[in-house]
Amino acid sequence: MTIDMNQFFQVFFDEAEELLAEMEKLLLAVDVSSPDIEDLNAIFRAAHSIKGGASTFGLTDLTDVTHVLENLLDRIRKGEMALTAEHVDAFLAAKDILKMQLDGHRLHTHVDQEAVADVRMMLQSLSQEMPIAPPPPPPEAVMVKEDDTDKFAHVKLCFRIELPQLGERDVTALSGELALLGRLSTEVLSDKRHVFTLATDETVDDIIAICSFILNPDDLKITEVDMPVSVVASASSAKTEEELGYGFFEPLEDLRAFIAQGSDSEQVENKAQAAPTPEPVATASAPAQPDRRHNGRRETDRNQVGQESSIRVGIEKVDQLINLVGELVITQAMIEQRTLALDPMQHERLLNSVSQLTRSTRDLQEAVMSIRMMPMDYVFSRFPRMVRDLASKLGKKVEFVTHGAATELDKGLIERIVDPLTHLVRNSIDHGIETPSVRAAAGKSETGRLSLSAAHQGGNIIIEVSDDGGGLNRERILAKAKQNGVPVGDNMADADVWQLIFAPGFSTAEVVTDVSGRGVGMDVVKRNITSMGGVVDIRSAKGFGTTISISLPLTLAILDGMSIKVGDEVYILPLGYVVESLQPEPADVKEITGQGRVIKVRGDYLPLIPLYQMFGITPIFTDPCEGIVVILESDGRKAALFVDDLVGQQQVVVKNLESNYCKVAGISGATILGDGGVSLIVDVAALLRSSRQLNDESIFS
Amino acid sequence: MAKSILAVDDSGSLRQMVVFSLRAAGYQVTEAVDGQDGLEKAKMQTFDLVLTDQNMPRMDGLTLIRSLRAIPSYQRVPILMLTTESSDDMKAKGRAAGANGWLVKPFDPQRLTEVVKKVIG
Repeated sequence: MTIDMNQFFQVFFDEAEELLAEMEKLLLAVDVSSPDIEDLNAIFRAAHSIKGGASTFGLTDLTDVTHVLENLLDRIRKGEMALTAEHVDAFLAAKDILKMQLDGHRLHTHVDQEAVADVRMMLQSLSQEMPIAPPPPPPEAVMVKEDDTDKFAHVKLCFRIELPQLGERDVTALSGELALLGRLSTEVLSDKRHVFTLATDETVDDIIAICSFILNPDDLKITEVDMPVSVVASASSAKTEEELGYGFFEPLEDLRAFIAQGSDSEQVENKAQAAPTPEPVATASAPAQPDRRHNGRRETDRNQVGQESSIRVGIEKVDQLINLVGELVITQAMIEQRTLALDPMQHERLLNSVSQLTRSTRDLQEAVMSIRMMPMDYVFSRFPRMVRDLASKLGKKVEFVTHGAATELDKGLIERIVDPLTHLVRNSIDHGIETPSVRAAAGKSETGRLSLSAAHQGGNIIIEVSDDGGGLNRERILAKAKQNGVPVGDNMADADVWQLIFAPGFSTAEVVTDVSGRGVGMDVVKRNITSMGGVVDIRSAKGFGTTISISLPLTLAILDGMSIKVGDEVYILPLGYVVESLQPEPADVKEITGQGRVIKVRGDYLPLIPLYQMFGITPIFTDPCEGIVVILESDGRKAALFVDDLVGQQQVVVKNLESNYCKVAGISGATILGDGGVSLIVDVAALLRSSRQLNDESIFS
Repeated sequence: MAKSILAVDDSGSLRQMVVFSLRAAGYQVTEAVDGQDGLEKAKMQTFDLVLTDQNMPRMDGLTLIRSLRAIPSYQRVPILMLTTESSDDMKAKGRAAGANGWLVKPFDPQRLTEVVKKVIG
């Protein structure tokens, strides 16, 4: 059997990356003056695990660095050395180097060997000792070594050491010590005394000296004997095993016999004494004790509840599952619809089963969707380090806090939110939070506060980057906008002024730093977020700080929709945009010359968008007072959509129209309905925009 | 019936390699993520062989071995340590705890299968 090691590489890479992230998190949280021993242990274990994996997979460069790191960590966790801030810095630097090396292996990116050497030097100098010997090289796939490694291969002398009756613990300790001198084998006499046979170059005196730690030398009987074949044999077999990287504490035959007895529980009691067992066999408790085992099992079941474990699955498998469940939901909806036509009395049992199927399908769908959900911590966790590094680079003091790291978001979205968030956080530190002296002069605490938060709000997740810095400068933004030729007025609302910073090429930073302020960015941030179906909103007060709020849909794959009917067509409106629906009174519908109709809803006049006109369909009703209007809201703007009828509310599985057909203006996607028909999902945001444009044009003309 | 093996290691990649190689060799392998997990799983089913790492969160390998040896049904189940430390000190500790043998990490999957075959056939 040959095994391709490559298949495990990916797992190792993923795991190492997680361990590095974990290590960083712990390092950032560690209190240098009184570190928690559990944290130190966890950091050590992370380094240790990476080292183990790296050496298994022959990634020597990673092994080298982790080896030095591990040694240092080990000494600190054992209390041989005090943890200092320099240590933490060095560990963080080492973490970066390891990440770079890991990426080098995985993505074949450049690895800066000089930086690697620097970090190794730094770690070594911190451990205040001569350069640590590099770790043993990783094994070749099959280890073949020269025969010169066994230092006991050429011993000539052999002693038989008869011990008095001793406790098992003493025998074990003694055998451990004596094994250092040479090849040792053990036998047990009928009176339970142990006899060692030791092949060694050491003298009898040495043996006695060692034994006298544990027993009275007078009780010891040492005789020189011929080299017994068994010792030679076991020595040579032990030697090969040693080279191969494994070994047994007793001859293999004994071990197998020892196991064989185990399978025959009746013999346990008599043979236990004869077999050289590593631990005294508790013969009294050897017979099966069903009661105790039963209790043990119950306890286990209880413990099992709180236990967390996870498996690693490729995302394509999850996506396939989601897709299949989507199909299942559609099929289920079809069945449900078909059964509606049946007589409930006659088909009671079928209908009951169908309603059960409906429930289970919904649960299944929710459960499957939750697989894709990841906590925001996945994103948030990378910021503490960035904030720390940036703040020290810019000479600012920043306290970084996160809220709602457990809030879950679709994996696809979570990966795409990283870049925009990074940009926003960077901006906040660079432009938002002032230097300590400026802050002190303004009567604020020298340490700025930057917070990242995530929270669910309806079907959306709201992510906010908030700082208590200087806030946006209204005058400067307006001046810059005028300079760029953007039409602005001095009495624009603040919210509109803030939106100007999302224009391409817009930067008001006085100094372009290497951190941010090159005028690219905010437009990209906005574009990225819009492409995820999200909205960016800014709140800012001069001198008090800025909050940038991003609202994203939880997932792109499933949508709560309201199905509406126009003519023979059924369309889906994403429920998130729907405010209410109503049948207007004739008095509330007003015609505005050249601008279409408006409708008065609770004192507000909203533009009326007849859907049949937008899509060129023959409707049942052309008078809004006969049909239904649905009030929609997007980007803070409202409009009334005039449709024939409301069909119902349902969850729909969004199918991409572009990949299956082509992009259609005013349509964001499609879904398959319960009856098998295709229904289009209305792009409400685009619809509202286009209606506004129509109006604007009519104003200008 | 296939022999059952309990593989205890906190490193997922190592565990996966152990599991993969041993399953390929026809063994039934159960995974545990640390000593505590291993002990709980061991209590639910008596395995034919236990492979355990030493350095793990919650419960280390030596503690696991000692705890297993305290269970009557585990007194004669072979236990091998998978360890990065092949020092005599570690071996002596393992032996004292009740392990039957050791295997140094990193190891070749084939070697692992070989060793396991030697012990439980």
